[in-house]
Amino acid sequence: MTAAPQTSPLAETAVSTGQLVPSLRAAAAAACVAFGLSFPIISYHAESNINNELVLGARWPLSFGIAAIVFVFVFLRQMARADWRMWFDRVGSIAAGGMGGALVQAAREGEGVAPPSPARIAFGRYFGPFALGVLALFPLISLGLLGPASSLKWINNYGIQIMIYVMLGWGLNIVVGLAGLLDLGYAAFYAVGAYSYALLSTTFGLSFWICLPLAGILAAMWGIILGFPVLRLRGDYLAIVTLAFGEIIRQVLINWVDLTNGYAGIAGIPHVTFFGIPFNDDDNGFAAIFHLPYTPIYRTIFLFYLILALALLTNFVTMRLRRLPIGRAWEALREDEIACRSLGINTRNTKLTAFALGAMFGGFAGSFFSVRQGFVSPESFTFIESATILAIVVLGGMGSQLGVAIAAAVMIGAPELMRELDWMKALFGQDFDPTQYRLLLFGAAMVIMMIWKPRGLVSTRSPSIFLKERKAVSGDLVKEGHG
Amino acid sequence: MDNFLQQLINGITLGSIYGLIAIGYTMVYGIIGMINFAHGDVFMLSAFIALIIFMILTQILGLGSLPIAFVVVLIAAMALTALWNWAIERLAYRPLRGSFRLAPLISAIGMSIFLSNFVQVVQGPRNKPAPQLPNHVFNLTGGAYDVTLSVRQILIVVITAVLLAAFWYLVKYTSLGRAQRACEQDLKMAALLGIDVDATISITFVIGAALAAVAGVMFVIYYGVVNFADGFVPGVKAFTAAVLGGIGSLPGAVLGGLLIGLIEVFWSSYFTTDYKDVAAFMILAITLIFLPSGILGRPEVEKV
Repeated sequence: MTAAPQTSPLAETAVSTGQLVPSLRAAAAAACVAFGLSFPIISYHAESNINNELVLGARWPLSFGIAAIVFVFVFLRQMARADWRMWFDRVGSIAAGGMGGALVQAAREGEGVAPPSPARIAFGRYFGPFALGVLALFPLISLGLLGPASSLKWINNYGIQIMIYVMLGWGLNIVVGLAGLLDLGYAAFYAVGAYSYALLSTTFGLSFWICLPLAGILAAMWGIILGFPVLRLRGDYLAIVTLAFGEIIRQVLINWVDLTNGYAGIAGIPHVTFFGIPFNDDDNGFAAIFHLPYTPIYRTIFLFYLILALALLTNFVTMRLRRLPIGRAWEALREDEIACRSLGINTRNTKLTAFALGAMFGGFAGSFFSVRQGFVSPESFTFIESATILAIVVLGGMGSQLGVAIAAAVMIGAPELMRELDWMKALFGQDFDPTQYRLLLFGAAMVIMMIWKPRGLVSTRSPSIFLKERKAVSGDLVKEGHG
Repeated sequence: MDNFLQQLINGITLGSIYGLIAIGYTMVYGIIGMINFAHGDVFMLSAFIALIIFMILTQILGLGSLPIAFVVVLIAAMALTALWNWAIERLAYRPLRGSFRLAPLISAIGMSIFLSNFVQVVQGPRNKPAPQLPNHVFNLTGGAYDVTLSVRQILIVVITAVLLAAFWYLVKYTSLGRAQRACEQDLKMAALLGIDVDATISITFVIGAALAAVAGVMFVIYYGVVNFADGFVPGVKAFTAAVLGGIGSLPGAVLGGLLIGLIEVFWSSYFTTDYKDVAAFMILAITLIFLPSGILGRPEVEKV
């Protein structure tokens, strides 16, 4: 990745008439293209009437509006003569504000071969523990600030939801980031874990604490079964086979109605208990035993700490494994498979362990998902889910655990925040529903973030083996996810 | 036997649609080594564009003649979808050329999510039923089980064949095709020899989108309904077809498309419709494991 020029684009070029005409021409061309793109998909709206016949409604002003916006944007950009990446950098730094800005700064400093600044070292050393402390206190803080009723939403929709994806991201990071295998079907293992708990608990009445390791083992087993025949494939072929397996598992979940109840899913999955004490309003429930007033918030808080612990376990295991021979073999395999083979590393077994371990953590997360929801259906494990997890890993910067966590917070938290935008109804009228743009913006954000930072938010990597002193290298120097 | 013949006809029709989409995958993969994940959604978008243009022609402009409407819809959908894919390549993939391998793939996945949700937002989440068109059905046998061949099916197969012939000529005998094949072999060397690589790649995307648009028009005519989520599964199946035929090989893509179409139709007919997608995906996995270079593809030589 080339560093953006440091001079200000605005200071560089004075506005002159010589520049005005080509800028206008480029802007007009872009506006024409935008108008062409918007015809007829935006300028007409096809809606079925009562007789199930399509009727058209015209929306030309919208089309013209888009063309006008594109015209102004391209014109300004042409006049400023800045390249895309520079604008993304600027807008990104401003938008991300404090922490994000510091992170971008830190990442940028690490991009070159220059030694990291003291600020970056301090940031790297203290940010992790600080974030952990905030997370550990998060339920209590939100409880204290908002009270039990309204903090439920924050802990559940933001805290737990984001932590699940942090855990999934870390699990997939073993496969993609460390072993360099591109997996597009990770949601399959998530599904195996979820259905394992759902079926074992509803059929045999096993408790969560027995099912959790079983779900992990089953998911790992599926990882091995699916991985075994395909791991000699490389690159995109592996990606597409894992995608196929992900879809196969989902299709089986849909079609094997006797076992999985098909589309309808499995309901009535037992909820989590506090090591045997249920979170209900009975006399032997959690609230009664600890002499607390009953509210549903205790279960949510317990679930939050549970997923936090599971995610930290994933992180801990990953960090430890990186120092073991197997972890080093993964990273060596990622860099050069042929060299590994000639040095006597069993590439098949090495890849299989990465696949199985990644799958196991996916299985843990899956069984947590099902104990939290109390309901599982195949709809939760679509390709979009796999793509989201992969996007979190790649956007976070694959070698970096912290980057993955931040990317999960952004990619999951931001669409959730869209639900809070009810005030925009005042701006755009009552029919305006911000939530319907969630996935639209999610997809656009994936593209924009890739163009802005192809190596992820944290684009430096710290090699686990180093000569003399520990240092960070550019993400361009490692071969993550190459197959 | 009658059932076999009927399924053969249905399978070839479906396979033609898959084959047309598969060409877009195989060309893009051949030239820049990227799985263009958004291609299935480009196909879905083209189906919407075709449907709306048809409605404009018949409802607003009051065009009575169906053959003229069909030709206008086909050409307009091809042109507009090509413009879309050109813009997508320009905005989402070109800035990432020369970046690491995963970057364009993630960008394409993002684009795929963007496109399907874009269509959902602007056109609504419900199925769009196409207007009923007259469809003459020929009865081929007089037996107990009628084997039918409809005008639509003939139309789909004939148009696919004509377009493929034209397209094959383009790639084989024109300077554009030569430039494309040169880029496929070695981008850097092609650039050094004076080929405009960026333009060649753009044209590849444009051609791929135009063929996907033909498939989109066929899809609307054949199934009579389109939904914003209809891009993913045909997209994956078309990619399967491209891999099965040997990725990078144009005849391979069509052959793979026909095979996937036939397998899907026969599987549904003789076994169960429930697992027809599973059958397609299993074939993909099995092909890749035992025949990674496909039926007509060249084996990749591993250089140390």
